[in-house]
Amino acid sequence: MIINNNLCDVCGTCVAVCPVDAIIVKEFVVTIDNDKCINCGKCLKVCPIRAISEENQ
Amino acid sequence: MIKIKDKYDVVVIGAGPSGSVAARFAAENGASVLILERDREPGIPVRCAEGVSHKGIEPFIDIDKRWIASTIDEARLHAPNGKHVDMFQNGTGYVLERRIFDTELCNLACKHGATLITKADATGIIFEDNKIQGVKYTHIGEKKTVKCNIVIGADGVESRVGRWAGIKTNVRLEDIDTCVQYTMANVDIKENRCEFYFGNEKCPGGYIWIFPKSNSTANIGLGIAGHLTDKKSPKEYLDEFVQERFPNASISYTVYGGVPTSTVLKETVKDNIMLVGDAARQVNPITGGGIVQGMIGGAFAGKVAADAVKKNDFSKKNLKTYEKKWNKALGANQRFMFEVKENFMGMDDSKFNNLVEMCSKIPQKNFTLKDLFKEAVKGDPKLIAQMAKSFVVSRLNLRFK
Ligand SMILES: Cc1cc2nc3c(=O)[nH]c(=O)nc-3n(C[C@H](O)[C@H](O)[C@H](O)COP(=O)(O)OP(=O)(O)OC[C@H]3O[C@@H](n4cnc5c(N)ncnc54)[C@H](O)[C@@H]3O)c2cc1C
Repeated sequence: MIINNNLCDVCGTCVAVCPVDAIIVKEFVVTIDNDKCINCGKCLKVCPIRAISEENQ
Repeated sequence: MIKIKDKYDVVVIGAGPSGSVAARFAAENGASVLILERDREPGIPVRCAEGVSHKGIEPFIDIDKRWIASTIDEARLHAPNGKHVDMFQNGTGYVLERRIFDTELCNLACKHGATLITKADATGIIFEDNKIQGVKYTHIGEKKTVKCNIVIGADGVESRVGRWAGIKTNVRLEDIDTCVQYTMANVDIKENRCEFYFGNEKCPGGYIWIFPKSNSTANIGLGIAGHLTDKKSPKEYLDEFVQERFPNASISYTVYGGVPTSTVLKETVKDNIMLVGDAARQVNPITGGGIVQGMIGGAFAGKVAADAVKKNDFSKKNLKTYEKKWNKALGANQRFMFEVKENFMGMDDSKFNNLVEMCSKIPQKNFTLKDLFKEAVKGDPKLIAQMAKSFVVSRLNLRFK
C-alpha cells in the first residue's frame, strides 16, 4: 500500500482498521510499514479522501 | 520554558475531551499528571460535527456561551423517499465550538494541577522489567522520555497506545464510519433544528447530518460504513448532496475523519495502562457521538487512576474498577446501539421509509429519540429487552463537577 501524502489529511481512520499495526502517524505524516503490511486493503477502503492505493497500480 | 519532571504518577496521551477530563480528575484527586498532545493546541484540527446534549456535558463543565455556536431543540429526519418527520428532543442540544470547548476542558485539567505539553508526539511505551514504566515522545523534533506509573491512552480514533500495550483495538471495516464534513456558509436552514438524511442511495450504512452553527452556517457531513465505499467515496456522496440541497453555499472548512461504531472493547485496561474515549471505542455506534461518552470514560479513569496512586496498586485488577464503572454507566447502551446498527445495516430503503411513516403518526410534541428506537425495534424481542436495559443510564444521574 502507498499513501499519497499530498492528499492525506492525517485523520487516522486507516490506523483504526489496520489489523497488523502497520500504519504510523508521526509528526503529522502517515506512513505504512510495508514489512508489516499484509495487503488486506482495509485502509484503502476507509480512507475518506482515497489517498491510499495499491503499490502496483 | 515550563519545567517538566522526570516522573509523574499519570501520563495522559492526547488532549481531546476524554484525555483532558481524565487528567483533570486524576489531578483533582491528588495525582501528579502530565498531558502529551501532538498538535500545537488542544481541539485543533476539529474533526467533529460538534453536536452534544446539554444533559451530557452539564455534569462536567459550566455552560459557557463562548463555546456554544447554536442551541438545538428540534430534529428533522428525512426518509429516502423525500418525506420527513420532526422530532422535539428530550432536552436541549448544542452545536459546540470545539476549538474553544476542548481548550477549556484542558484548561480545567491544568487548573487542577495537570501539566500540558503541546507538540509532544508520543511514540512508544517504556517497558522495563516486563512492566510499563513510562512514555517515549518527541517534542518539537527532540526525543524525550518520561516515567510514570499509569499511562492513560486518550489518543483518539487513530490510537496506537493500546496496541503498544498489547490491547486489541483495531475495528472491523463494518465498524468504522468514514466521514467528510463541510462547514458551509450561506445555507438555508433553521438555526435551532438539526437535520438527518438516511438511505442507501444518499449515504450507505450511515447518515447525512446538518448541524447549524448560526442561522446561515452549518456543519454538513456524512459517514459511510467502511465496507460500503466501493461505489463512491464519502466525498462524492457529500458533494452530490450539497449540490442538490445547498447549490448557493460555500465551503469554509473541510473535515475528514473516522468514527468507530463497534461494540464495547473486550479489554480497555492492563497493568499500568487504561484507554479512554475514541481510543477505547467509547462511541455510540448509531449516532457516532463520542464527546460525552469519552468524557464519562475520562472521569472514571481519572478517578480510578488517582485512587490507584493512593493505594500504590497499578495492577490490571485494580484498574479494572474503571472498566466496570464505565460498563455499568454506558456498556449496555453501547451494546444495544450496536445491535440496532447491525439490524439497520442490512435494511433496504423501504424500511427507512416505513420507519419515518410510522413515526409521523406519533403526536409530534411528544415524539423523542426513544420513540424512534421503539419503532425501530418493534417485533424483535431480543432488541426490546436490550433497549430496556440500555436506557437505564439516563437514570444513573452522573455527577462529576
Ligand atoms: C466527522 C465527525 C463528526 C463527529 N461528530 C460528532 C458529534 O456531533 N458529536 C459527538 O459527540 N461526537 C462526534 N464525533 C466523535 C467525536 O469527535 C469523538 O468521539 C471525540 O473527539 C473523541 O474524543 P477523544 O478525546 O477520545 O479523542 P480526540 O478528540 O480525537 O482527541 C485525541 C487527541 O489525541 C492526540 N493524539 C493522538 N495520538 C497522539 C500521540 N501519539 N501523541 C500525542 N497526542 C496524540 C490528538 O492530536 C488529539 O488531540 C465526530 C467524529 C467525526 C470524525
